[in-house]
Amino acid sequence: MSTASKSLDAKRQRQIVTPEGVPLGVTLATRGSRLIALILDYVIMFVSLFLIALALLLVGINLGQLDALGTGAGEFLVVVFFIVLFLAFNGYFIFFEMGPRGATLGKRAVGIRVAARPQGQSGERLTAEAIIARNLLRQIEIFLPLTFFSTAGEAGSGPAWLVGSLWFAVFMLFPFFNRDALRAGDVVAGTWVVEAPRRKLADALSLRQESEPAAEAAYRFGPEELEVYGEYELQSLERVLRDGDDETLAAVHAAIVRKIGWQAGSGDERAFLESFYTALRAKLEGDMRFGKRKADKHAEVDRSGPSLR
Amino acid sequence: MKAPTIRNPFAAQPLPEQPDIEAAALRSDRFRLEREGDWRRLDQIVRRLERGFAFRLSDEDIMDLPVLYRQAASSLAVARETSLDAATLRFLEDLVQRAWYQVYGPRSGLLRWLGGFFRGGWSRAVRAIWLDILLAFAAMAAGVAAGWLLVARNVEWYFALVPGSMADARVPGASRAQLAETLAIADGAGGLSAFAAQLFYNNASVCILAFALGFAFGVPTLLLLIYNMALLGAMAWLYNSVGLLPDFLAWLSVHGTTELTAILLAGAAGVHVGRRMAFPGDASILSATAEAGRRAALVMLGCVFMLIFAAILEAFPRQLAGPEARAIIGAFMAIAWTALFVLVGRERKGASAP
Repeated sequence: MSTASKSLDAKRQRQIVTPEGVPLGVTLATRGSRLIALILDYVIMFVSLFLIALALLLVGINLGQLDALGTGAGEFLVVVFFIVLFLAFNGYFIFFEMGPRGATLGKRAVGIRVAARPQGQSGERLTAEAIIARNLLRQIEIFLPLTFFSTAGEAGSGPAWLVGSLWFAVFMLFPFFNRDALRAGDVVAGTWVVEAPRRKLADALSLRQESEPAAEAAYRFGPEELEVYGEYELQSLERVLRDGDDETLAAVHAAIVRKIGWQAGSGDERAFLESFYTALRAKLEGDMRFGKRKADKHAEVDRSGPSLR
Repeated sequence: MKAPTIRNPFAAQPLPEQPDIEAAALRSDRFRLEREGDWRRLDQIVRRLERGFAFRLSDEDIMDLPVLYRQAASSLAVARETSLDAATLRFLEDLVQRAWYQVYGPRSGLLRWLGGFFRGGWSRAVRAIWLDILLAFAAMAAGVAAGWLLVARNVEWYFALVPGSMADARVPGASRAQLAETLAIADGAGGLSAFAAQLFYNNASVCILAFALGFAFGVPTLLLLIYNMALLGAMAWLYNSVGLLPDFLAWLSVHGTTELTAILLAGAAGVHVGRRMAFPGDASILSATAEAGRRAALVMLGCVFMLIFAAILEAFPRQLAGPEARAIIGAFMAIAWTALFVLVGRERKGASAP
C-alpha cells in the first residue's frame, strides 16, 4: 500500500464510543463506492419496474392504452401502477435501510451501510425516523432537478436546464465539502455511510506451531535479540506469515537474522519466523502489561502507560 | 480444503474444535481461546440477524445476544491493552461493531414501526412542532390575503399568479355560468381514479419539496407556501367577483381540508428544520439539524398518507357530491384530523405506552 493511499485511508477513520464505553473504529465509505451503490440501486429499481410493466404486457395489459379505455378495471390498474411507482422510488431505500443490514441492495453489493452519526462522542441507535428523513431529502437532491430538465424543452422555460444542472451539481458535490462526506440527507437525518464490517477470525499464528513442537525447541531468543523490534514489525511479520510466499519469507528471514546477528541457515525459514513471532509477541505483550509499549524499531519505549489508541 | 459435500447452506455451522487452552504459550492466546467459543456464537447469531432470519433464532440466542455483545465489547477493551495478535483484534473490532449495529439498530421492521406510528408516534411529532405549524399557518394565511388583494387591485396579477394550464375556463371576465360549470358535478366517475393517482403523485412531490427546502433555513419553504396560497387567494377572489364564493369554498373543502392540512404540516416540518438550523440553542448545528430532521420526517411521512387520502377525496366526492354534502365532508375531515393530532397518543397515567 502506498503512503498516499494510506493517508487517505487514515482520513476516513472515525471513532465512536459504544454505550458500554468501548471505542470502536469505523471507516467512512468512499464517495466513489456510494455513487456506485446509488447507480446500482437505480438500475435495480428501473429493471424491476420494467419487468413489472413487461409482465403486465404479457398478460395482455398495456398501461399506455388503459387510461383511454375508460373502464373501471383499467383505471384501477393505472392507479395501482402509480402507487407502485411512488412506493418504488420512495419506499425502496427506506425499506432496505431499515432492515438489519442498514443497506440497500446496491450498498450491500459494495459493502457499505448506513449508521447513525454520533452526536458528540457516543454512538447512537439508528432510528427509523433518521432513515425516512435521509431518504425524503433525495427528492430535492435528485428528483427536483429532473423536473427542471423535463420542462427545459418547453417554450419560454428559458434557462431551466441551467438551473437544473446547477442544483444537481450543488447537491451532488455536497459530500465533497465536509469532512464526513455527508450528503444533504445525512445532515438532516444525523446519519453517515460507513464500510460494513465483515471479517472472519483467522487462526492464531502463535498456536499453529503447537502441532510441531520439535520446531519450537530449535530456536531460543534472548532479550537483546527481541529488543530490536516493535509492534509495527510484529504486525508486518504476522502479515508475511499469513500470506507471504516462500521468497518473501526468505527475504524477511534474512533481514531478521542479519539484524539480530545470527548465522543464516536456510530451508527452515517458516519455523524460524513463527518461533520468532511468538517470542517477540510474548516479549511485547509482557512489556504491555507493565505499561511499556514500543510502536516500531525506531521508537523509544513509551512508558506513559496504557492509553486508547 | 474439504471434499465437496452437499449440505444445507443455511444450516448452522458446527463450532470448530477448541485447541487445548493450557498448551498455549502466550497469555493473550489463552485469553483468546477461553473466549473464542462465545465470540463465534455471537458471530453466528449476528450473521443470522443480518440475513433477516431473526425468526430462526432460538429464544436462548435472543436472550444471550446482549450478554454476548457486552462480553465481546469488554474482551475487545482488554485485548487492546494486552494482545498484539492483529487478527484477533481486527476480528473483535468487526464483531463488536456488527453486534452493536444489531443490538442498537432499528428496533422493528417497517410494518411494525408503521403500526406504532399511526397509534401515536405521528400525533406526538405533530404536537412537538406546534410553533412551526403556527408559523407555516401564518405564511399560508398571508399568501391567501396577498393573492386576493393583489388581484383585487390589478386583474393582471391573476395571470401572473395562476399558471395557464390550471386556469382553463377560470379566468377573469368569465361569466358566472362558465365558472359555475367548473364546480359542477361530473357525469360519472370515468377517468377520475387515474386523475386522483396523478394528483397524489404531484401533491406528494410538492409536500416533500416544501419539507426538503427547509434545509435552506426554511425561507424557501415559507415562500413556496405563500406562493401556493396566493394562487388560492386569487381564485377565491375570482369566484367572489361573480358571487360563487360559498360554492367555491365547498368545492375546495372536500379534499382541501385534508390536502391543505398536509401542505401545512409539510411546510411546518420544513420550517422546523430550518428554524433549528438557524437557532440551534445549546446543541451544535449538525446535531440540532439531525434531531429536528428526524422529528420532521415523522410528520412528513404522515403527510404522504394524508395526501393519498386527499387524492381519493379529490377525485370522487368533489366531482360527484352536491355543495352541502361537499361542505359537510370537508368539515368532517377537518375535525377528524384535528382530533387525531390533538388527542391520539397522549401519555396516559397508569397505562403502558405503546
